[in-house]
Amino acid sequence: MRNFMGLIYNELLKVIRKRRILVIFLILLVLIPVFTYAQYRNLKTTTEQMGTSDWRAHLQQQIIDAQNRLASNRVPEEWKEFMRLRIQVQQYYLDHDINPTAPGAPTFVRKFIEESISLFLPLLVVVVASDIVSSEYSQGTIKLLLSRPVRRWKILLSKYAALLLAISLILLITGILAYLVSGVVFGYGGWNMPVLTGFQMKGEHLITDYVHLIPQWKYILMALGLAWFTCTAVATLSFMVSVLVRSTAASMGIMLAALIAGSLLVQLAPTWTSIKYLAFTNLQLTNYLSGAPILIEGMSLPFSLTVLSLWSAAGLIIAFTAFIRRDVLA
Amino acid sequence: MTQCDPVLSVRNLCKRIDGREIVKDIQFDVFPGEIFGFLGPNGAGKTTTIRMLVGLIRPTAGSVHIAGHNLQKDFLKAIRQVGCIVENPEMYSFLTGRENLEHFARMAGDIPPSRIDEVIRLVELENRIDDKVKTYSLGMRQRLGIAQALLGRPKLLILDEPTNGLDPAGIRELRDFIRTLARDEGIGVFISSHILHEVQLMCDRVAIISQGQLLRTDRVDRLIDGDALVVEWRMEPPARGAELLKTLPYVTHVERRDHRILSQLPEERIGETVRTLVDAGILVTGIHRRGKTLEDIFLQLTEGDPIA
Repeated sequence: MRNFMGLIYNELLKVIRKRRILVIFLILLVLIPVFTYAQYRNLKTTTEQMGTSDWRAHLQQQIIDAQNRLASNRVPEEWKEFMRLRIQVQQYYLDHDINPTAPGAPTFVRKFIEESISLFLPLLVVVVASDIVSSEYSQGTIKLLLSRPVRRWKILLSKYAALLLAISLILLITGILAYLVSGVVFGYGGWNMPVLTGFQMKGEHLITDYVHLIPQWKYILMALGLAWFTCTAVATLSFMVSVLVRSTAASMGIMLAALIAGSLLVQLAPTWTSIKYLAFTNLQLTNYLSGAPILIEGMSLPFSLTVLSLWSAAGLIIAFTAFIRRDVLA
Repeated sequence: MTQCDPVLSVRNLCKRIDGREIVKDIQFDVFPGEIFGFLGPNGAGKTTTIRMLVGLIRPTAGSVHIAGHNLQKDFLKAIRQVGCIVENPEMYSFLTGRENLEHFARMAGDIPPSRIDEVIRLVELENRIDDKVKTYSLGMRQRLGIAQALLGRPKLLILDEPTNGLDPAGIRELRDFIRTLARDEGIGVFISSHILHEVQLMCDRVAIISQGQLLRTDRVDRLIDGDALVVEWRMEPPARGAELLKTLPYVTHVERRDHRILSQLPEERIGETVRTLVDAGILVTGIHRRGKTLEDIFLQLTEGDPIA
């Protein structure tokens, strides 16, 4: 066991000293301010369009409108519950002096996770994961690595563990950086702001029966957990490709193509329902939290988690079998 | 274990890749304290054999025993006795020399930090050990590779083309170093090379491999001391001279190498041969007698396989 910790230490040392992870932090350090600024610009335009900078008056008006509609008999009963929740949220904004269009760093973090979970975060993961095995082949160090008194599966397992740790670190840093940087513009408050969740899709309809309010910090934790799950699945498949393809460039290329194809397919062919069984069409897990429309019929959170888990399990089996059995030729 | 038990014992080793036999039925033993040369042209199966010795390639048939442990069945016990450099001494260039050694020490599990300092001193890398490996010269990388190989106090050292890329001084240094290791620590050393001269100077015994087959295994001195004397001729025109030599019944072997002609014949018949040549109108410009070198033996055995 002590020996195995040593192996994980070795692999982490290599990941960190290879500077790839540093590059990822630099990317985040450049892009998060850009996204923050974009959000800020967006906010300014909306305020200008509203014609008034007084968001309180605007919010007050929205609440009154909603209450009037609640009073009417034409609104179906299941909608009423949802509308009451909406009013609660808006009242909370008013009471706590939160501008809903610019509600602070935690909201930015939440939005950032929701937007980056399907492509941006997986891309960062691929940068680290795609060379973790293939680089040993391209450097030639695989020959030393596999002629030491350690079983091959142990070596690969230590690499996988190191990869998961690195990914957790990347996610953590992403969250922290997004909070710190956006807070400069939006302020650091808003952790307890209520957020709506619990939406379900049935056929064409959005079921709001189970919609409820949770504090934003809880929502962010859940979103981070889902992002971690997505990133782990991407990392695992990347890991498999890295074992099978002995060139880092090729393994990165394959993974990028697959990721982008996955997100394109969802946009282009939502009626082709078989694509829901692919791994990379199931990455947008936070959509189930936020109630964003699910494009493909039959997808739900348990479904997507199952699909990603099955793909990951298959990826691991292939990676380990190939790594253990394969001859190390020139 | 007694002194005469082999530290490496290879039996009927075969490897077939995509239907092609790369290594055919090889067997040999390496004993403690012995430097064993593994000689063959590029592409003869040397590297494939070495990779089978360290568990990188699974043999199609046959067995490898290291210090009595079967490599296939008891991999960890067997490989623990081995230090190796397979081809170039590739290390993690983005780590320092010391970090590389620590990395491999952690893989072995039970190597105290003092041993790391010890091997650094042994290969005289004290001054540069905390620099990144990418700043090292090839010679220094080679020494770091050897330090790494010696970390776990192996009983068997496997070196693939260890003199590749070293300058003559470096080669000489390495040779002395390996000799000392074998003599003082009783390590069995297995060295592959395509440089015959090297093997001749360094090794006690040699196995010669060509096209995947072992042609001969013997002590270097016994191979070289063979029966007949080698006479090296220079003559004009060389083609006709060689033809004539071949017709003489007491000349056992004739072969042209560039503008030289090598032949084997009894010493007392050199004069007679010169007369025959001159009578036939061939101009003899040089006669040089020398002992057989490994190169001669090698070329004889492989019948003119090109040596890279």
